[in-house]
Amino acid sequence: MNGEAAIRVEGIGKRYRLGQTLDWGRSIRRAFGNPPADASGEIWALREVSFEVPRGTVLGIIGRNGAGKSTLLKILTRVTEPTTGRAELRGRVGSLLEVGTGFNPELTGLENIYLNGAILGMRKAEIGRKLEEIVEFSGVRAFLETPVKRYSSGMFVRLAFAVAAHLDPEILLIDEVLAVGDASFQRRCLGKMDEVAKGGRTILFVSHNMGAIRRLCPQCLWLDGGRVAAMGNTEDVIAQYFDAVNSDSPPLDPDAGRGGLRITRVAVLDAQGAPCQFFEPGDDVTIRIHYEASQRIVRPQLNLSVSGAHGLLFGANMVLDDLRPEGLEGSGVIECTFQKIPLLPQTYTLALAVYDEIGEDYVSPPIHNAASFQVQGDAGKLKYTGAMADKYVENVYTIRIPYQWRFPDGTIRTPRWAEEGHP
Amino acid sequence: MLNTPVTIIQPSDGWRSLDLRELWDRRELLYFFAWRDLKVRYKQTLFGVLWAVAGPLASMVVFTFVFDKMAGLPSDGLPGPIFYLSGLVIWRYFANALSAASNSLVGNQAILTKVYFPRLIIPLSSCITGLADFLIALGVLLLLMAYYHVFPGIAMLLLPGLLLLAMAAALGSGLFFASLNVKYRDVGYILPFLLQLWMFCTIIVPYSEVAQRGGAWRFVYGLNPMGGVVEAFRWCLLRGAMTGPGNADALWMLLGTGVPVALFLLAAGLLYFKRLEKMFADIV
Repeated sequence: MNGEAAIRVEGIGKRYRLGQTLDWGRSIRRAFGNPPADASGEIWALREVSFEVPRGTVLGIIGRNGAGKSTLLKILTRVTEPTTGRAELRGRVGSLLEVGTGFNPELTGLENIYLNGAILGMRKAEIGRKLEEIVEFSGVRAFLETPVKRYSSGMFVRLAFAVAAHLDPEILLIDEVLAVGDASFQRRCLGKMDEVAKGGRTILFVSHNMGAIRRLCPQCLWLDGGRVAAMGNTEDVIAQYFDAVNSDSPPLDPDAGRGGLRITRVAVLDAQGAPCQFFEPGDDVTIRIHYEASQRIVRPQLNLSVSGAHGLLFGANMVLDDLRPEGLEGSGVIECTFQKIPLLPQTYTLALAVYDEIGEDYVSPPIHNAASFQVQGDAGKLKYTGAMADKYVENVYTIRIPYQWRFPDGTIRTPRWAEEGHP
Repeated sequence: MLNTPVTIIQPSDGWRSLDLRELWDRRELLYFFAWRDLKVRYKQTLFGVLWAVAGPLASMVVFTFVFDKMAGLPSDGLPGPIFYLSGLVIWRYFANALSAASNSLVGNQAILTKVYFPRLIIPLSSCITGLADFLIALGVLLLLMAYYHVFPGIAMLLLPGLLLLAMAAALGSGLFFASLNVKYRDVGYILPFLLQLWMFCTIIVPYSEVAQRGGAWRFVYGLNPMGGVVEAFRWCLLRGAMTGPGNADALWMLLGTGVPVALFLLAAGLLYFKRLEKMFADIV
């Protein structure tokens, strides 16, 4: 039976109706189950989606907001019905579409473990058997008899995840669970998922966190506009995805080019000048900006900024430096190289705007997601020596600045990575 | 791996089937929902479960004063308090179950849009939760009967059957209103008003008075499934003290229309619910 598909999806489509006109005749007919034929105000969140997932595979699902990722999971968990197509799932299905679903604030932690477990599909006896483990994992043992409305949000999420994590399904569907909680909790969740994945279960994991996808999912599915854009080896699919995201940008903006300059493409290049998505700390990163000027732009001011998971980090700003090209004409290229980036593993995105000579008006309006790149690396490469370092490498800090500790006994200690050269 | 469960997902045309086996598999969830609602109901109240008693008692006092003492309406020879309280006890179970079921889908919106389970469990559990208040109120009624030296006979054994009938009627109409409520919140405004009117049609006038007016009246009165339930409920508990026509034949006739009507309501409610079920998560 090995190699048999755990999940088989054939031509799934989902149509939503938008807008609700309160027309009495229509409403009443619809209330009695006869929706009037009317194609206006409809949207296909998914269209002709087909794929297969062999048993034991961990499949990542990526795509922009609104690409249909969540709708797909909702269909596979049977929360909502597809409009077309068919799917087959072999094995008990568990889902984490949102931790804490069905928690009642008035009930105690212990009571909520049972209630939530039952809602997620566990039997009472099964919850009883796993109770000790769940309580242990949650770390809220002291508050089991306290109503959860008195919990801190951190405790609440931990307890909720603890219940869900012990569901033990053969097929697990996960949607952005990791968006909640602080960084250390997110790492715990990822750790638990790792464990589940190694137990040979089939997992579908929707996330925007490319680092997590790359680490957990050997296979990846990319949804774009409700259709499958690519599926296969995660590295390949993510590379294609970034390619598309980068070449699509700037998004079609009615204002683009109004000021006389149009940014046609923003590419990220490595030190050799080749397009590249993945970098290591200490690499040079070059941003190449292709433009088309419909008129001569005199002494424009270009402003490039880079953001990480926790917000704006750094940039190259011609206003601050008073370095600008004398003029831009026709089409051409401007490059900016950030040298020896001290960045830690994470996804970084670029924003870009061009102002006129006096800095008063845009010649090209701001583009917020102009391009992105990933920094990767594990504890070994980064010369972190702590036993748990691997779990903390990603998404905690963005940059590294050498430091020293002075202990109470007067000894001075320097981390190995800082000693051996930075970064 | 021979008994790996296989889930098939595809668009259902028209009605989803009533999957009783799936319902049975998730019976523990039914219990947990009912348990949750019970646990939460009187949390952070000073008088707690006394509120289950206060409501029917207050209505009883008002009805006795207005209908019995002032208007002098007939009550089958029973003391006003037990005549009205008996009607209120079973009626309030029906009304509470019906309104709880009607609000249940909307009230559990967060769960509905995140997790799958047989949707029927939600309104069904509302009808079960109401049983607790019913039993407490029934206890008060028995105490009041003892005070008036009225004691139930062997006919009391019919009570579970009557309760099932009230539950079928409440669940049937509750399913209909719950489905409608998902899309049109107007239900929340109409229902209290509708139940108020329905109550006055059901528990104020004894059936013996209606029966005297002939066949057409009997038939119309019989269309109200709760009419037969209330009458039979009184008959079971209070038969010993009833004077006047208190006649079993008329009662059987009343139940003869009431039972099919309740079953019809249940079937129609189920069909409507099943018809709209697939859209709940999308439009709630």
